[in-house]
Amino acid sequence: MNTQRREVLKTGGGVTLLTLVAAAGWLRSGDALAADAWNKAAFETKTMDETLKALGGAAPAQSKDITFFQTPDIAENGAVVPVGVTSAIPKTESIAILIEKNPNMLAAVFTIPAGTEPSLSTRVKMGQSSNIYALVKADGKYYVASKEVKVTLGGCGG
Amino acid sequence: MADPMRIRANVVGDSTEVKVLMNHEMETGQRKDAQGNAIPAWFIQNVTATYNGKTVLAAEWGPAVAKNPFLSFKFKGGAKGDKVQITWTDNRGDKRTDEAVIA
Repeated sequence: MNTQRREVLKTGGGVTLLTLVAAAGWLRSGDALAADAWNKAAFETKTMDETLKALGGAAPAQSKDITFFQTPDIAENGAVVPVGVTSAIPKTESIAILIEKNPNMLAAVFTIPAGTEPSLSTRVKMGQSSNIYALVKADGKYYVASKEVKVTLGGCGG
Repeated sequence: MADPMRIRANVVGDSTEVKVLMNHEMETGQRKDAQGNAIPAWFIQNVTATYNGKTVLAAEWGPAVAKNPFLSFKFKGGAKGDKVQITWTDNRGDKRTDEAVIA
């Protein structure tokens, strides 16, 4: 009898938990929607200066604390170029990846909340050999580092 | 609805490493089809990763992210058995959420 009661309690508790999780999920998706504003202006820019302006930044300082990893010197296929960026700058808030000679420079912007390591990797497309810039926003200031990647087969217009 | 993502989350030291492989065409809008018509852009614009209701990574992407995008990142904390949730939204308003158990 007692055990049954316990089981019922357990299941009941489980259901409440699930409902809570679902409710949290709903709230979260609402938040996500609010944050889902996609910076159209920034993604349509064609030069570094314009991109910086659209992202709300001032002239970035060259930094040796930003390093690339998994990024090849020569990419055989421009459609899939691995890019990894690590920022050793304290209070890194966001990392943006820009590709100089693509039709639109800005490829991706990552927002890094506290507790997440300022190090990530993804894959991008490159139309032709070009410099890749990693733009880091830390403590309200902008820092930049670049790496040249040669592409033997373009990834755009194929 | 698009195909599911492949997500792996592993505890490495005191943080959790998350690797995501999404299934998405990521059409740039620059290409033309055989008839010379431009193929309209179709790409993921927003990606959000959450753990315990807290956003651990948010991203805005342009069409320059490669087809079937790959993403890997690490965040502090995370316990085995907990879940990491990834959501993306593309420029057609399509949306997909998948989750993975941290191993």
